[in-house]
Amino acid sequence: MTDDEIKQATLDVLSKVAPEVNVDAISPDINFRDQFDFDSMDFLNFAIGLGKHLDFEIPEVDYPKLSNLNGCVVYLAAMLRTNEHL
Amino acid sequence: MSRSGTFPTIVKPHDRTPPSDVLAPFSWDDEMRALDGLSSGGLNIAHEAVDRHATENFGAKVALRFISQDETAHDVTYANLAADTNRFANVLRALGITQGERVFTLTGRIPELYITALGTLKVGGVYCPLFSSFGPEPLHTRLSLGNARVLVTTPTLYQRKVAALRDRLPSLEHVLITGDASPPSGTQSLDVLVHAASPDGDCAPTGPDAPALLHFTSGTTGAPKGAVHVHGAVLAQEASARLALDLRPDDVYWCTADPGWVTGTAYGLIAPLVLGVSCIVDGEEFDAERWYRILEEQKVNVWYTAPTAVRMLMKAGAELAHRHDLSALRFLASVGEPLNPEAVLWGRDTLGHPFHDNWWQTETGAIMIANTAVMDIKPGAMGKPLPGITAGIVRRMADGSMEEITIPNTVGELALRKGWPSMFRSYLGDEVRYQKSFAGDWYLSGDLAKRDEDGYYWFVGRADDMIKSAGHFIGPFEVESALMEHPAVSEVGVIGKPDPVAMEVVKAFISLAPGYTASEDLRREILGFARQRLGAAVAPREIAFNADLPKTRSGKIMRRLLKARELGLPEGDTSTLLGEPQVLGTSDQR
Repeated sequence: MTDDEIKQATLDVLSKVAPEVNVDAISPDINFRDQFDFDSMDFLNFAIGLGKHLDFEIPEVDYPKLSNLNGCVVYLAAMLRTNEHL
Repeated sequence: MSRSGTFPTIVKPHDRTPPSDVLAPFSWDDEMRALDGLSSGGLNIAHEAVDRHATENFGAKVALRFISQDETAHDVTYANLAADTNRFANVLRALGITQGERVFTLTGRIPELYITALGTLKVGGVYCPLFSSFGPEPLHTRLSLGNARVLVTTPTLYQRKVAALRDRLPSLEHVLITGDASPPSGTQSLDVLVHAASPDGDCAPTGPDAPALLHFTSGTTGAPKGAVHVHGAVLAQEASARLALDLRPDDVYWCTADPGWVTGTAYGLIAPLVLGVSCIVDGEEFDAERWYRILEEQKVNVWYTAPTAVRMLMKAGAELAHRHDLSALRFLASVGEPLNPEAVLWGRDTLGHPFHDNWWQTETGAIMIANTAVMDIKPGAMGKPLPGITAGIVRRMADGSMEEITIPNTVGELALRKGWPSMFRSYLGDEVRYQKSFAGDWYLSGDLAKRDEDGYYWFVGRADDMIKSAGHFIGPFEVESALMEHPAVSEVGVIGKPDPVAMEVVKAFISLAPGYTASEDLRREILGFARQRLGAAVAPREIAFNADLPKTRSGKIMRRLLKARELGLPEGDTSTLLGEPQVLGTSDQR
C-alpha cells in the first residue's frame, strides 16, 4: 500500500466512527481529539476498525501513535512493511 | 446477574490498625464539628475546601497539580487557589450575580473550571458543570433548564457548540471565554476580568441548606433532571472520602473522573481539597502508558478511577504496568458501574492492590456503599453502607407503600433512608419527579440489587431503561428525541447494548419513513446527524434499521423487547434483564 492508500483507508475508518467529520479539513499533525468531538470509545473503535480493515492486530500500547492522521500513516506504513503485507 | 460466591473474598491483613477516625463511633454532628465553619456561623463548601487551608503554614502546599499534554506540571497552591477564587468571586459580584444564581462551566479539566466552581460557591451561587463532550442539544437543554446566567467556556468549545445556541438562551447574560485571545462578539475575556479583580474577599454567609451544586442526570422519559445539592453536602463528601477512599491529608491523589459529572466534582474537586490533599488533574483523555507514567512520576497514593478505564488497562496488558514503579500506590477505588470481579483481582495481581468498588448516584451526592480499606473485599460486590448511611432492599406493595426485604440474597430495589447530608434537595423546577423518587422514608435508587448474609450489596440491574455507558447515565429519551428530528426516521427505540469495555453502548433501532431505504450511506448520515446534535458521549455508537419495532398496545416502543432481541433472549422472558419479576412494578417511577 502507498502512503496515499493508507491515508485513504484511515479516513474511511474514521468516517465510519464519526461520519460528521469533514475529512478534507483534517489537519494531519493535530490530534483528532483536538479537532473534533472524538472520545475514548470513538478512539478505541477507530483503532480496532483500522486493524480489521488492514487485517492485522494493532497492539494497544501503540494506540497513542494513531492520535493524528500523519501518525496513523507513518505507523501503519511501518507495520505493513514489517508484516510484509505489501 | 451477580456472580456472588464465584470469586473468593479478599481478606485484608488485620495487622494494620485502622486510623482512629475509622474506629470512632460515627455521628453527623461530630462530622459537622470537625469542619471549620464560617465565622458568621454558616457553612460554605469553598471555605472548607480552600480558604481555611490558605494559612501561613499550609498555604504553600499544592492543592491542584495540572498535567499538560506534554506532561509538564502546573501547580496551584492552596494560597493561590484562595486568591484566584476570590478574584473570580469578585468578577461575579461585579456582574451582579447574587446568591442562588447559576454559573455553568463547559471546559475540559483546566484550572479555570476549578476556579469557577469554587469562586461561584464563594458568592453563594450555584455551580453547574457541563461535560465538554456534550453536543449542542444536551447543552441547550441543560443551560436552559438550569436558567444559566453565566457560562465559562473555551474559545473552541464556544465556537463549536454554544455560539449558535445564544439566541435560544435569553437568560444567559454573560459568557466568559478563557485564554487571552480576543473574545468572540457577545462574550468577555475571563482573563481580563479576573486580572482586574481583587484577590481578597469573604465567602457568602451560606447555611448548610443553601443550594450549592446542580448536576444534571438523564431520565428514561422527559427532559434531564437537575439534581440540586446544598453546602451541607460537604459533610458527607468529606467523611466518605476518608472512609471509602482512605484519603489522608498527606496523600497525592488522582481522581480520573471529569468534573462534568458528579464524581469529578465531589471527589475530583471538593472532598480532596476539604481534606487538604494534593490532587493530580490530567487534562488529557485515557492513554494507558501515560496513565502509568503519571501514577509513577507523581507518586500517586490514592487512585479513584472507573471500570471502563480499568478494563482498558487490562486490555493493554500487565507487562505495560510492570514497566512502571507503582510502589507509591496505597489504595485503589472504582466507581461508575459495577466493577467485574476479574478487574478487582487484576488490580491486586498487577498493581499490587485490589480495586475497591463503591456505589452512589448523582442524587446521593456522595459515596453511599463501599468496600472500604478496613473491610474484606468481596470481588463484584458494591460493598456495605458507610457509617451514617442506612440502605435497604425494598419492594413496592399493592397499596404503593414500600416493604423492606430482609431475607438475604433477594432481589429488590436498592433504597436509602432519607436525611443524609448530601441527599439531593430538589430536581430543579420539577417537584413531582422529586417526590416520585421517594416512598415513605426511603429514597428509591432505581437500581436493582440484593444484600447477602454478610451485609454486602450486589448490583443486579436497572429497574428502568437507563443506559450506563463508560460510567455515565444516558437517557434513551434524549437520544430518541434527537434522532426523531432526522427526516428519514419514522420511529426509534434506543437501548444499552452490553459491551465488554464500556458496560453498555448506545444502540438505536430505527424504522424508516416512507421513501427512505436502508443503506450504509443513510446509516452514516443519521449517525453523523446524531453525533452533531448530541455529542460523541451521548450519541449512538450503533444504528440498526428495523422495519418492525415492537410496541405496546398503546403504541409505545418496547425498549426491553428490543434489548431481549439484541441479546438473543426469549422475548417472553425479559425478566432476565431486569431482575426478579416481582419488582417490575417499580420500573416506571422515573
